[in-house]
Amino acid sequence: MTEVTVKIDGHDVSVPEGTLVIRAAEEAGIEIPRFCDHPLLAPVGACRQCLVDIPDAGNGRGFPKPQASCTIPVAEGMVVETQNSTAVKAQQGIMEFLLVNHPLDCPVCDKGGECPLQNQAMSHGQGETRFEGTKRTFPKPINLSPNVLLDRERCIVCQRCTRFAAEIPGDPGIALIQRGAQQQIGIAEDKPFSSYFSGNVIQICPVGALTSDDYRFRARPFDLVSTPGVAEHDACGAAVRIDHRRGKVMRRLAGNDPEVNEEWISDKDRFGFRYAVRDRLTSPMVREDGELRPASWLEAVAVAAAGLAGAGSVGVLPGGRLTLEDAKAYATFARDTLRTPHIDFRSRPLSEEETGFLRSRVAGTSVTYADLDAADHVVLAGLEPEDEAGTLFLRLRKANRKGLRITTLSPYASEGSRKLGAEVVLTAPGAEKDALSQVSGVTEASVILVGERLATSPGAYSAAAELADRTGAKLAWVPRRAGDRGAVEADLLPRDGGLDAEAIVRGNLGALLVAGVDPDDTADPAAFLAALDQAGFVVSLEQRITAVTERADVVLPVAAASEKAGTFVTWEGRRRPFTQVFDKPAAYSDAEVLGHITAEFALVDAESAEVADESVEWSPTTTDSAATTTDSAGVRLATWRLMLDNGTLQSGDKALAATARPAFVRISAALHEELGDVVTITGDRGSWTLPAMAAELADNTVWVPTNSFGRGVWADLASPGSTVTIEGAQQ
Amino acid sequence: MSDVLVPVLTANWADERAWTLPAYAEQGGYDALDVALGMAPEDVQTMVKDSGLRGRGGAGFPTGVKWGFLPAPDPENPKPRYLVVNADESEPGTCKDIPLMMASPHTLVEGVIISSYAIRAERAFIYVRGEVLHVIRRLRAAVREAYEAGHLGTNIHGSGYDLELVVHAGAGAYICGEETALLDSLEGRRGQPRLRPPFPAVAGLYASPTVINNAESIASVPAIVKNGADWFAGMGTEKSAGVGIFSLSGHVKKPGQYEAPLGITLRKLIELAGGVREGHELKFWTPGGSSTPLFTQEHLDVTLDFEGVAAAGSMLGTRALQIFDDSVCVVRAVLRWTEFYKHESCGKCTPCREGTWWLVQVLERLEKGDGKPEDLDLLLDQCDNILGRSFCALGDGATSPITSSIQYFRDEYLAHLEQGGCPFDAKKSTAWAEAVQ
Repeated sequence: MTEVTVKIDGHDVSVPEGTLVIRAAEEAGIEIPRFCDHPLLAPVGACRQCLVDIPDAGNGRGFPKPQASCTIPVAEGMVVETQNSTAVKAQQGIMEFLLVNHPLDCPVCDKGGECPLQNQAMSHGQGETRFEGTKRTFPKPINLSPNVLLDRERCIVCQRCTRFAAEIPGDPGIALIQRGAQQQIGIAEDKPFSSYFSGNVIQICPVGALTSDDYRFRARPFDLVSTPGVAEHDACGAAVRIDHRRGKVMRRLAGNDPEVNEEWISDKDRFGFRYAVRDRLTSPMVREDGELRPASWLEAVAVAAAGLAGAGSVGVLPGGRLTLEDAKAYATFARDTLRTPHIDFRSRPLSEEETGFLRSRVAGTSVTYADLDAADHVVLAGLEPEDEAGTLFLRLRKANRKGLRITTLSPYASEGSRKLGAEVVLTAPGAEKDALSQVSGVTEASVILVGERLATSPGAYSAAAELADRTGAKLAWVPRRAGDRGAVEADLLPRDGGLDAEAIVRGNLGALLVAGVDPDDTADPAAFLAALDQAGFVVSLEQRITAVTERADVVLPVAAASEKAGTFVTWEGRRRPFTQVFDKPAAYSDAEVLGHITAEFALVDAESAEVADESVEWSPTTTDSAATTTDSAGVRLATWRLMLDNGTLQSGDKALAATARPAFVRISAALHEELGDVVTITGDRGSWTLPAMAAELADNTVWVPTNSFGRGVWADLASPGSTVTIEGAQQ
Repeated sequence: MSDVLVPVLTANWADERAWTLPAYAEQGGYDALDVALGMAPEDVQTMVKDSGLRGRGGAGFPTGVKWGFLPAPDPENPKPRYLVVNADESEPGTCKDIPLMMASPHTLVEGVIISSYAIRAERAFIYVRGEVLHVIRRLRAAVREAYEAGHLGTNIHGSGYDLELVVHAGAGAYICGEETALLDSLEGRRGQPRLRPPFPAVAGLYASPTVINNAESIASVPAIVKNGADWFAGMGTEKSAGVGIFSLSGHVKKPGQYEAPLGITLRKLIELAGGVREGHELKFWTPGGSSTPLFTQEHLDVTLDFEGVAAAGSMLGTRALQIFDDSVCVVRAVLRWTEFYKHESCGKCTPCREGTWWLVQVLERLEKGDGKPEDLDLLLDQCDNILGRSFCALGDGATSPITSSIQYFRDEYLAHLEQGGCPFDAKKSTAWAEAVQ
């Protein structure tokens, strides 16, 4: 790209052609005051705060009037003065205007102390206003959504929020209404601002106009301690900033990481943090006479070690919330200490095919967000980025707006696919294999992104790998949970004759070591609970009381993400280390707890453990879940998790939950016409009567959100890969 | 009528049912269209360029040159080209397009067809101010007549040229007279000015190449085509060619539309209008609507062309000559205008939105006699902080009456302070002043 050299406040700066003057000035370390300008949003030139004097536009002639530096690109030889008398007069004039109708209620405003208006009024305004008149007032505040509130009189209508909503997530639910000094941000009647990314508007608001119900009036910025972190809600690795006070998280903000999440995070990453303080397990417990009772760490660890050593075969189910360090600890603990090959991190429907795929095509590979930007075509299969990987969704949408072609193999044409500008290939569950083999336009510059849901679609992973091999395209696997990719890297997968998670459940093993697994997430919740009941010995490493801890013989509390340091591995394979936020006594990471058990293990006779493996009985047919169900009549069941649903890590955040999209079953227009707005769906595990919406779906398919109703689809409705029947609801 | 007047656009206004197609056809209407369709589009463009026609909406940009900014038709680029006529006439004092569309809508329609042909547009829009429902009805009736007569639609006059014309009603916002705000409004969005570049010629309506012209500019095109570029260029002054409608309103005996070559003086126009109201003298006037700095008696002989008015410190604008006699309080008049700008500021940019809010409050207290002499300097400094700092010309226009009135009538402002209120009797400036006394 051509470089041009401009002189800003006497300093020569060379920047790429097309750079805006305000950015070029930043390169020279000169900060021009601004409000509407945001580097990740299209320029608008609305607030006029960044006016500068341009005595020479590069052609020997100057602009007669000050120019908005956020909308003017540099030109070779341009001379810019940001601090001469013309520029200062213009900047001070605009600042004075901005404060005419601003309430100046900084002492009671949440933004006070971190407010660009407050700061720049000090740095670029005059000490006193000449305005002696009447300020415009509004009733305050109003709700834009259940979680985002607007104090209109503080608003300087810079349009950062409306531009964000329209440009970045594609949820243009807020807009300017009225005009002149009455101009304000508004929503359509009875249509709250609905976006999974709505919290970002609060963070980029340059005044205190937008606040969250969650944080409003809770803290002052100067009382907060900030610790950088990594979001634990998905596999995207978004950088977050955790603001806390006296051992309590007050809020979370987006961190700035241009390579990953830029400056945006999802509302789940931002507002979902109270799970770590609700119903936490505070002390180890052991079961005595059928009841759990609190125990000391020493006792609990000794009981766990003895129980595991004496149980015969042990199955290890560490789940997907692990840091890489914890994952490695589980691998070592299972293979070296317990000497069991039965370990599997997967806490959802899986397949043998997937085991091989993860080991051969995922572990050790790297495909980055930057690769998506550079790609000519991205193919999605078994993956709904808006719901399942928020950061990935925003990056894909940005790339699409710059021309990236996106194709998605999806059971229905979702709003998320529309926002991605994706070509939707309607694909019934189970038909992904054929659909992948027929995708065209894939080249070595393309990227194929597959989701973990493909595990229930026989042959789909293989077809994706084959497509990548045939075309030279990059291939990446996007799991749901933050620890999933790290677990693959640590090889928490069965090998050497080991059983996978579903086989462990059916394997009648002597003992189970279970960490971050919710039985209702697994392919067969009832079988999982039965396995816990049948197992001779169950050790649970958990943060909160769950169905597993209720059935455990030893419960060992472990640290939440904020209470330990560690590394998440993103779907890209990128290591995302984070530091400890809270140093709480006796909050041990999984790795530390396993270390304690290992130390105790050395004292126990290890021989009994070695014999164990032989006693396993396992029939491989039990994992072939698809084969058992395809021939039953009915409608194919498609499902994924909405971003905001009944997930454990969202519990306790009421305002966040209130922003969740209403959960609907999606049925074909014809079926909707026939059955109406409420339908009863019956599967092999139960029956649900739910509100339904018409959608463009693959033939003979129904879509149900996985975890928005009851205990979730696998527990209450149907088994993975099965078919269901639909009828009109009984009134 | 004096021979100073040259009725071109206004020539048929007094005809019986002048707004109907038969009446328009009878005086040669749609003949120019045949002439144009017999020429290459580029030649029509050249003709308009050679005529020296400059935009009649205020800025005075040469119309033919503006047409030339459209990128050349490109078979690779399937984007359509549009002609948009700005008939959102809302400036205080400006009242030329609305009478034109009321009296002879076919003049505009014929102009639209010829101009669209010249720029190879196949779809044109007339964006009319929403409040003038009677005019919208009349314009729509004229468009319907034109369709029925084959002047619009497919294969116009057998030439193979197709054109669809849509009359679009605005919703009552002054800002939508700003061309890019007009485009947003026409697209169904909130009317606020767009950031340029891209300019409308490159990415205008629906991001397609678009020409936006004032209604009077487009209505002038048929006469130019019919009579030739030289005929038009021969009138007016060297740089401000042709004739234009001068709208005299306020304290003259015969307010109305006076069509004359550019370069005429107000002295002459007032003479034509029968003079200033009996028993009064001219005090101040606007040359081109409220957004152009005021003139006074000393400017009676300023030539009313783009250059002459600019040299005297104002702008020709829309030739909306509002005449105020010595019964009028300039502070009161300026306050009313400023209230208009406050009401109409779209809110997009800070100086216009907040500045007009503040200006009104300062002017209000000055008018009531509650102000301070320093308030005049405050007003001037506020205006300095708005002028050239706002996003579009609305903010600039808001400062014109204030700065110019303080320039010429500072003592009158101070008199309000000395007397603790307005020294004028507002009733005396009304049309019923004599009845009151």
